[in-house]
Amino acid sequence: MLRFDHVCKRYPDAGDALMDVSFHLGYGEMAFLTGHSGAGKSTLLKLIAVIERCTRGQLFFDGQNLNRAGERQIPFIRRKLGLIFQDYKLLNDRTIFDNVALPLIVAGYSPQEIPRRVRAALDKVGLLGQEKKFPLLLSGGEQQRVGIARAVVHKPAMILADEPTGNLDPELSLEIMRLFEQFKQVGVTVLIASHDIDLITQMGYRTLRLDHGRLAAD
Amino acid sequence: MKTTSQQRNRQEHRKARRFDRGIAVKLLAYLDSHGQAFFSSLGRLLRMPFTSLMAIAVLAIAIALAGGFYIIVANMQQLTGSLESSNQISLFLKSNVSQQQGRTLADKLAARADIRRVKLISKQQALEEFKKYSGFGDALKALQQNPLPHVIQVLPENILFETPEIKQLLEELQQLPEVDFAQMDMQWVKRLQAIMQLARRGVMLLSFLLGLAVLFITGNTIRLELQSRRDEVVIAKLVGATHAFIQRPFLYSGFWYGFFAGVIAWLVVLCMVLLLEQPVERIASLYDGYFQVLFFGVGETLLLLLISAVLGVLGAWLVLNYQLRQLQPQ
Ligand SMILES: Nc1ncnc2c1ncn2[C@@H]1O[C@H](COP(=O)(O)OP(=O)(O)O)[C@@H](O)[C@H]1O
Ligand SMILES: [Mg+2]
Repeated sequence: MLRFDHVCKRYPDAGDALMDVSFHLGYGEMAFLTGHSGAGKSTLLKLIAVIERCTRGQLFFDGQNLNRAGERQIPFIRRKLGLIFQDYKLLNDRTIFDNVALPLIVAGYSPQEIPRRVRAALDKVGLLGQEKKFPLLLSGGEQQRVGIARAVVHKPAMILADEPTGNLDPELSLEIMRLFEQFKQVGVTVLIASHDIDLITQMGYRTLRLDHGRLAAD
Repeated sequence: MKTTSQQRNRQEHRKARRFDRGIAVKLLAYLDSHGQAFFSSLGRLLRMPFTSLMAIAVLAIAIALAGGFYIIVANMQQLTGSLESSNQISLFLKSNVSQQQGRTLADKLAARADIRRVKLISKQQALEEFKKYSGFGDALKALQQNPLPHVIQVLPENILFETPEIKQLLEELQQLPEVDFAQMDMQWVKRLQAIMQLARRGVMLLSFLLGLAVLFITGNTIRLELQSRRDEVVIAKLVGATHAFIQRPFLYSGFWYGFFAGVIAWLVVLCMVLLLEQPVERIASLYDGYFQVLFFGVGETLLLLLISAVLGVLGAWLVLNYQLRQLQPQ
């Protein structure tokens, strides 16, 4: 699914964020990405979503060399991904339904199909019946579940989550992680960046640890 | 053997149908997204009436300026075109030609198909008029002989400006044995024509500049709209929206801005024409001409709206092409 080959990323004004990172993630695998703040976790995820480009090395996603992906292909790469953020990145002036429907609308799903899929996604994250509410009326944990529903509504091949539980208390965090586990069980590849070591050890999955941009442990 | 081939046939048929339906669904979804962008951009425009009204008002003024000058020049052109005397030819007869001979010639000319009207001014008449209007009455009395020739004024059938036929007619008349020389009263018409041409050029140049203004104003308005919706744009990009998808609603916004500005500009020019109609008609009646104030015809109206809308879309497109690339998720 995902292969990093001696990947380096240097920001023009901040120096090296990733140095010589190599690893492989199989189809349907679930893994955590950890490391101190500023270790390069977000940068690594951004390379996969082609939000940033690597400066050296090779990066393969689903058999495609991302270095060679042109501007026009980026949207189609992102449609195979479900992105989840620490700050949820929801549109607060849109209903829950509209937020979750966005990836489907963007990909040109038919108007008949959209409500069905949105409800299925909301059902999975336990928010069925809240479609008409606005995000700010929900608690942090609920907002993150809306973010997850949006990330999975179009059935992506891989989920990328950047500190998905960073703003949540431990109990809610565990709930969210269990949710990711469910997606892994239906064959979705999952990569979660988090610095919450306790939570990660509790889950017991493969863990990639970054240290100052280098892969320190796998 | 037969049944399997039939089965295969049927299967292929079904597959083709499913394929057709797949395309139809995709096409419907595509059209639906266009329809949505079309109406949602209109809705957004109506939801923030103040900002959009301001922008539309400025656009409308620019378009109305160009349209107004166009109408003024069109009317002036009509006015100059309605001046019949423009192609009038004066034939000065030789001094040995009698008035009777002049009359015969005038009648002969009047019968020609390419001549609309002729008028003989005898030398006595001419002298009387000259005495009356020139102020040289007393001096002229001293003359023993009338120095003026008989004159025939010829108004050609073709009263358009300077066609080859008119030149030919002029030459023909010049060749007549009774005619001393033929003259065309065209100097001032030519001058007027030149002024009109200048005015037309001026309108073109002005319209071009105002068109650029419309382009930049819409561009800037769309830029502000884009800024206020940057979260939406960034998130749409993150979930895999294409450039075309993101820019579509903004292009429609540009369309609406241009279109509404065009409609308002049309109304503004209409008001202007209505206000000017009476005074212009009074002037026209003074000049003894039939003159109806011109306004945009159906074709010109459609063209005005089309150009306005296209400029709106183009202004939006120019800005989006640049700004959307700048707007990347972080
Ligand atoms: N857009 C950027 N421009 C410049 N430097 C950046 C940018 N994003 C991250 N960095 C730098 O790259 C390093 C890694 O950052 P990041 O990937 O966000 O780490 P983490 O997510 O593990 O905290 C940091 O030193 C950070 O300052
Ligand atoms: Mg980070």
